[in-house]
Amino acid sequence: MPLIEVKNLTLGYENRTVIEDLNFSVDEGDYLCIVGENGSGKSTLMKTLLGLQKPFGGEIIFGDGLDRREIGYLPQQTIVQKDFPASVREIVLSGCQSRCGLRPFYNRDEKLLAEKNMERMGIKEFAKRCYRDLSGGQQQRVLLARALCATRKILLLDEPVSGLDPMVTAEMYELIRSLNKEGITIIMISHDISSTVCYASKVLHISRKIFFGTKEDYLKSDIGKLFIMREEDGADA
Amino acid sequence: MLDKLIEYLQFPFVRYALIVGILIALCSSLLGVSLVLKRFSFIGDGLSHVAFGAMAIASVLKVTNQMIIIMPLTILSAVLLLRTGRNAKIRGDAAIAMISVSALALGYLLMNIFSTSSNLSGDVCSTLFGSTSMLTLTHTDVVVCSVISAIVIALFLLFYNKIFAVTFDESFATAVGTRSNRYNLLLAVIIAVIIVLAMNLVGSLLISALVIFPALSAMRVFKSFKSVTVFSAVISVICAVAGMVISILAGTPVGATIVATDAAAFLMCTIAGAFVK
Repeated sequence: MPLIEVKNLTLGYENRTVIEDLNFSVDEGDYLCIVGENGSGKSTLMKTLLGLQKPFGGEIIFGDGLDRREIGYLPQQTIVQKDFPASVREIVLSGCQSRCGLRPFYNRDEKLLAEKNMERMGIKEFAKRCYRDLSGGQQQRVLLARALCATRKILLLDEPVSGLDPMVTAEMYELIRSLNKEGITIIMISHDISSTVCYASKVLHISRKIFFGTKEDYLKSDIGKLFIMREEDGADA
Repeated sequence: MLDKLIEYLQFPFVRYALIVGILIALCSSLLGVSLVLKRFSFIGDGLSHVAFGAMAIASVLKVTNQMIIIMPLTILSAVLLLRTGRNAKIRGDAAIAMISVSALALGYLLMNIFSTSSNLSGDVCSTLFGSTSMLTLTHTDVVVCSVISAIVIALFLLFYNKIFAVTFDESFATAVGTRSNRYNLLLAVIIAVIIVLAMNLVGSLLISALVIFPALSAMRVFKSFKSVTVFSAVISVICAVAGMVISILAGTPVGATIVATDAAAFLMCTIAGAFVK
């Protein structure tokens, strides 16, 4: 049984339908990239998967005992966060909030989990540093560590490399790949087609025509060829 | 000078004023950090104007305990303002400006039409800038204020981690199952309660200073949410006490003096912050 199965999903915002009749599934250990032009509904799809908004129709089925709240989410950074006075440890620890329920304070296990994930992301030395003083790449690692506190199985990443320089971008992709190798399922929204092709195992392309399949099939498909060609032209220009 | 202060402290009403002042300063500073970071600074300002309007209605209706009218109306507006913050048709800041000026105008209008007092402008001035009422607090006022402050502080401590999570990243918090809307609602209700309480101390025009200044000062110097919260509480209490003592000794208006002290503290923190970096 797949981890997430999406059936005949119709979604949008403010009564405007963006995507109609979407079908795809995510299996354990997958690395799914969601690509498509701006405004094609990638972020709306992600919000719907997370339960931040309701779909207009269709259903999302979570399998293998996965609870929607157990999805680790790496959102795009907001303006508020740019000058937020919070230490790295405080932010990572806040990933454990779903484990607390109504308990007001974090227990020892949760604190250990936060430490472990900071170590995993190589940010333990920054634990007491202020989030706003870190570089873009370091900030993403902090948010990734937080997402890991919230999940054991699956990460949803919303353009994790936007605004990062090429070196840091490559590091970030390696980090995500290593997490995938550890068995964490990855769903990633991406603008960056070349790295998508490099790392993904499956591709969901959203535009007027929807493609869903393995990376190999995508590279052979018309829609895939077209998109990659255009991207490469864009990169050359 | 110290003799004069000790002499004043013999009077129960001065002691009451100090106790209430400290409690209000403490409560208002706790939530200030969240409000500033969530870009809600103006909500405090808007709500205080609503409270002024509500007070005018209460005095027109000749209600003996004005709280009965002021408190629910202010809380209601807080909830409404928070809702419209998400509504794209009227942007949050415009909604706040709209509600706050209407309430202010309506309040003044009502007071003008129905007032029986011979010193109308004096009445209006003291509700807007706070003044004499601070020294006419009764024992009951102090008890009510203490109880409400205790509730506010307890709620803040219990929900500290959730408030942090929702303030830092609402969509993440919601995605992992935290009911962000409820905590936003809680924030709005608490801030409304604090504003109604603080109206006695500094008057309705100056309340937002009490809410935002300590938070802003602390954010200049400190780098974690916990230290910012603790320091803003400390600085707020110190400024309130200093402001009240100065106003007693120098005979200056209480509210304005406290706010001036807060502003001075902010300046000092800004300078200190420049050296820390």
